[in-house]
Amino acid sequence: MEYQPTIVSFLCNWCSYTGADLAGTSRTKYAPNIRIVRVMCSGRVDPTFVMKAFREGADGVLICGCHPGDCHYHEGNYKCLRRYHLIRKYIEQMGISPERLRLEWISASEGKQFAELADEMTADLLKLGPVNIKNVLEEV
Amino acid sequence: MEPNTKNHKPKLKLAVYWAAACGGCCVSVLDVHEKLYQVTELADLVFWPIALDIKYKDVEALPHGFIDVTLFNGAIRNSENQYMAMLLREKSKIMVAYGSCAHLGGIPGLANFSNREAIFDRVYHTSESTVNSTGTIPLPNVEVPEGTLHIPVFFDEVKPLDKVVCVDYYLPGCPPQTERLLEVFTAIATGAELPSKKSVIGAWDKTQCDECERKKSDKKTIKRFFRPFEVEDDGETCFLEQGILCMGPATRGGCGYRCIKGNAPCRGCYGPPPDVHDPGAKMMSAIGTMIDSNAPEEISEIVDQIADPAGTFYRFSLPASIIRRRIS
Repeated sequence: MEYQPTIVSFLCNWCSYTGADLAGTSRTKYAPNIRIVRVMCSGRVDPTFVMKAFREGADGVLICGCHPGDCHYHEGNYKCLRRYHLIRKYIEQMGISPERLRLEWISASEGKQFAELADEMTADLLKLGPVNIKNVLEEV
Repeated sequence: MEPNTKNHKPKLKLAVYWAAACGGCCVSVLDVHEKLYQVTELADLVFWPIALDIKYKDVEALPHGFIDVTLFNGAIRNSENQYMAMLLREKSKIMVAYGSCAHLGGIPGLANFSNREAIFDRVYHTSESTVNSTGTIPLPNVEVPEGTLHIPVFFDEVKPLDKVVCVDYYLPGCPPQTERLLEVFTAIATGAELPSKKSVIGAWDKTQCDECERKKSDKKTIKRFFRPFEVEDDGETCFLEQGILCMGPATRGGCGYRCIKGNAPCRGCYGPPPDVHDPGAKMMSAIGTMIDSNAPEEISEIVDQIADPAGTFYRFSLPASIIRRRIS
C-alpha cells in the first residue's frame, strides 16, 4: 500500500482547535493525515505524549498553540516552546528526524493557515518516508 | 542448649544472581557487614556466584519453587542472562528485580543507543586497545576438533528483567541502599504483610526534591546549564537553581539522597516516581518550565548547552522508556 503519513496533532482548546474547527466549518480542504487531539493548552503537552505518539506509529507530531503573548493561561505556550526544543534534541538522538516534530502557532481565526500547515507537513513527511518504529521495536 | 525445632520456622532460601551488571549490587548485599550473621540466621544462601561456588547445574537440579527469594541484579544483555532469569523464575517463589539494571536497564542499557553490529565493530575492530589482526569476532557456536563450543548469544538490545520474566518486586537503586534491603529482607523473613505484587519496594513514592535539604526558592530559572565542574557549588543551594542538571524532580526518594549530601547532583538511579511512564520525558517537562527565556533562538541556545539530553535524562532507564532504543 502506498505510504501515507500519520500525523498526531495536539491542538490547544482556545486558539488552535478553534482554528482547525474554522477550517472545517469554512469547508477548507486539507490533507486527511492529521489526527487531532484537543488539549486545554499547548503547555499541557507532556513530552510523554509525543513519545507515545511516535511509539504507536506516528510519522509526525504537530503541536499547535496560541501565538506568543496570547496564551489563555499566560505562559503555557512558552513552556511548550521550551519543551519542544528539548524533545527535538532527544528524538534526534533516538534516530527520529527532528523535522518530524513541529510546533506552530495557530489562532482561532487562522483556519486557512491550519489547512495549509496540514498540507505542508503531510508533503514534508511524504518526502521523509515512514519512521518504521514498530518494525524496529517489535522484531526483538 | 538444643535448638528448639518444634516451632522452628524453616530458614528462608535466598539466591542472589548477577546478569549484565557491574557487581556493585552483589557488593551492596555484602555491605550489610556484620548483619550478614542476622541474615544467615534467618536464611540459607543457596546460590550467589560472587560469594559461593555453586554451579548452574546445581540450580537446575533444585525443585520448582525451592528458592524463597531471588535478588536478581543486572540487565538482560545476552542469552545466558535470559536463561538464568527464566531458570531462577521457575525455581523461586519471589523474584525481586534488584538494582537499577534489573529494574529499568541501568547503565548497560545505554548500549541501546547503539546495536550489536556497531558494538562488535567498536570492541573487536576499531577500539584503540584492540589488536585483532585476524578480525575474529565471537560466534555463538564454534567447531573445534573436540566438538562444538557454545557461548551466549549477544542480543541486539538490552532489556530490563521484567521484559523476559514476571517480576514480583522492584528494589531500585544503583546500588540499592543496604538499609532498604535489610528492611525488605526483614519484612519477608518475619512474614510481615508484603505490598502488592509488581510494586516498587524499598523506596518512597515522593521525589528526591521532596526530601532534599538544599535551599530552594520559588524562582527556579535557568539561563545557562553548567556541568558540575564548571561551577563552584556553595553546598546549600538547589543544584537546578545553580544551573546544574539534577534528576531530583523525576526520581524517587529512598536513597537517603546520598549523592546530594556528597555535593553531587542526583543522577536518577532510583527511577521515576509511581505512575510515570517515561522518566526522561518527565524530566524534560520539568526542565522546560525552568528555562528562563521566551525567545526561540535563545531557548535553542540554552538547550544546546546540554551535551547529551537523552543520555542524561535516561541514564538509568533507557530500555524501560517508551522509545527504548535508537531507531535507525
